[in-house]
Amino acid sequence: MNIKETLFELSETSGASGSEKNVSEKALEMLKKYCPDAVIKNGNVTGRFGTKNENLPELVLDAHIDQIGFIVTYITDDGFIKVGNLGGIDRRLLPAQPVVIHGKHDVKGVICSVPPHLSDSNSVPSFNDVAIDTGLTKSELEEIVSLGDTITFDVKCQQLLNNRVTGGAFDDRSGMTAILYALDLLRNKPLKYNVTVIFSVQEELGERGAKTGAFEINPDIALAVDVSFAYAVGENELKCGKLGKGAMIGISPSLSRRISDSLIDIAQKNNIPYQIEVMNGLTSTNADQYSVCRDGAEACTISIPLRNMHTPVEVIDLEDIRYTGELISQFIIKNA
Amino acid sequence: MKNLLKELCSVNSISGDEKTVREVITGKIKDFCEYTVDPLGNLICFRKGRKISDKKLMICAHMDEVGFIVTGINPDGTLSFDTVGGVDSVVTIGRQVTVGKNNLNGVVGSTAVHNLSKEKREKSPDIRSMYIDIGAENKQDAEKYVTLGDCIYFVSDFTESGNHIKAKAIDDRAGCAIMIRLIQEQPEYDTYFVFNTQEEIGLRGSRVSAFTVQPDFAIVIEATTASDIDGVSGNKKVCSLGGGGVVSFMDRSTVYDRELYNLAFDTARMNNIPCQTKTMIAGGNDAGAIHITGKGIRTIAVSVPCRYLHSASCVINPEDFENSYILVKKLAERIQEL
Repeated sequence: MNIKETLFELSETSGASGSEKNVSEKALEMLKKYCPDAVIKNGNVTGRFGTKNENLPELVLDAHIDQIGFIVTYITDDGFIKVGNLGGIDRRLLPAQPVVIHGKHDVKGVICSVPPHLSDSNSVPSFNDVAIDTGLTKSELEEIVSLGDTITFDVKCQQLLNNRVTGGAFDDRSGMTAILYALDLLRNKPLKYNVTVIFSVQEELGERGAKTGAFEINPDIALAVDVSFAYAVGENELKCGKLGKGAMIGISPSLSRRISDSLIDIAQKNNIPYQIEVMNGLTSTNADQYSVCRDGAEACTISIPLRNMHTPVEVIDLEDIRYTGELISQFIIKNA
Repeated sequence: MKNLLKELCSVNSISGDEKTVREVITGKIKDFCEYTVDPLGNLICFRKGRKISDKKLMICAHMDEVGFIVTGINPDGTLSFDTVGGVDSVVTIGRQVTVGKNNLNGVVGSTAVHNLSKEKREKSPDIRSMYIDIGAENKQDAEKYVTLGDCIYFVSDFTESGNHIKAKAIDDRAGCAIMIRLIQEQPEYDTYFVFNTQEEIGLRGSRVSAFTVQPDFAIVIEATTASDIDGVSGNKKVCSLGGGGVVSFMDRSTVYDRELYNLAFDTARMNNIPCQTKTMIAGGNDAGAIHITGKGIRTIAVSVPCRYLHSASCVINPEDFENSYILVKKLAERIQEL
């Protein structure tokens, strides 16, 4: 499996929270290579890897499929599109940012930017002030765009130096890619668990897809594969991972210390680079949902370090996806 | 002319670094005129017209675009940078850029919004708190590819949607495209066409080229800020897309020649094309340097109205672009007949 191609293909397919259909169909096609019976259920793309063995514990590999974006709330008489936010967007970078409106067909637009001669303060616009300029009139827009349609940043993935890449939805298409890569490594291997994969919707709105997914799958162990902060100038070096230094294994009161320790042990034994990410309560990942669903599960997070989270210029190191996939597969392979 | 604009906007040339765009322009005009390049890099062209006149007319536009320059390399391999020309921090953060002679892909990064204090989330970011990430692993790695003073350019596709074109550097490649067309078509009267440098850092190229050419009249072709966007009404729109070329009576650098101002509107009327003025005293252009050069030069400016001017997403209406071209062409003839 080509990690970069998979990541770019997933990241350039749109799927803002609540409107994941485009990317779900793409992901389903990819997942079916490993899980032929995979389906889309309640929005979540889910599939069982291999055949179920009643004697083995049930493990779920989760990555969220949705990305941050906007939702169309109104079209003004002058043809500007007003929006609400889907997930935590950095409002400081919105002015003049190119976007795509996913109507009956895609329409390109630019977020309005108030020129300096009219903005006497250096305050940041609220979402109520955000408007999108498309060059179309209200009536032209109404033919294509409906209230409730979603909008994502218009961004192409690019290769940077070394193994680093930039794109707009690496949160959490990187996690999905790592899981697909893990499945690739697990083919024809003896497994310690029954493995179910879920690419869950609406994480950015409060881990909603994982709530129903967890109930449906009812796992004993859950690994949430997500992204976390990578160090760069301006970040707290002690609270961030480093790009290229491996998966960030979560340790937190809300996570299973047994699973965290086991992941660390497996990484060490197999010489897979890893980093520790210590949190002090909830993790703000889907792990928070799996642990407390039904009668509970042992959950852990594995995070891929990422710079500029929730922006059109997220940066990751492809090696970290590879290390994450290797770590997951070693965790699952029997007698590893 | 749209394809010409597309080609010119795709060229990377910030102020002080106009060689690339100058070479592209030279390739398009060299068979039609005599030209020289002066010490500041201005491209000065003399185009024979169908008629000669005793009035010396100069038409000009600037070649440079706004951008950034590398000022330092951080230990983690990211780059410190500063702006070249007036670029707002809010249109800088979170963009893709191209860095240096090797055209490296890069992005403008900053602290993740999750890790900012509530107060900082509500304030425009400081350019100095941002960095450019080219993927280098550390300082030593970055130094293999980047040197201090390397130029940094916005990345932006040329796209068309509805009645709009979006691209970077429309300010002032739009003016350059109009001039190339005028040169290729041959003007009615002998005309000097000047492609200026360093407009964005203080109208510097034009100061020198205007002295060299010493014309009696000058027409500056520009792109100017339109803020006819959602939430802005009345005079604060300044000018509007679809309203035609913009001719101001005054901006931050010039009080324009009243006779030429009236002549421009009269010319538009006679040719049945829309033309508008600015409803606020804002902005400035090479006219500011030209009209007070030497013993003084009678100067007017025709600008294409442009939203989000100094960003990677300049937006114009192609009809305004075409109407600005017609206005300049006809106005040039009227000036000769004054």
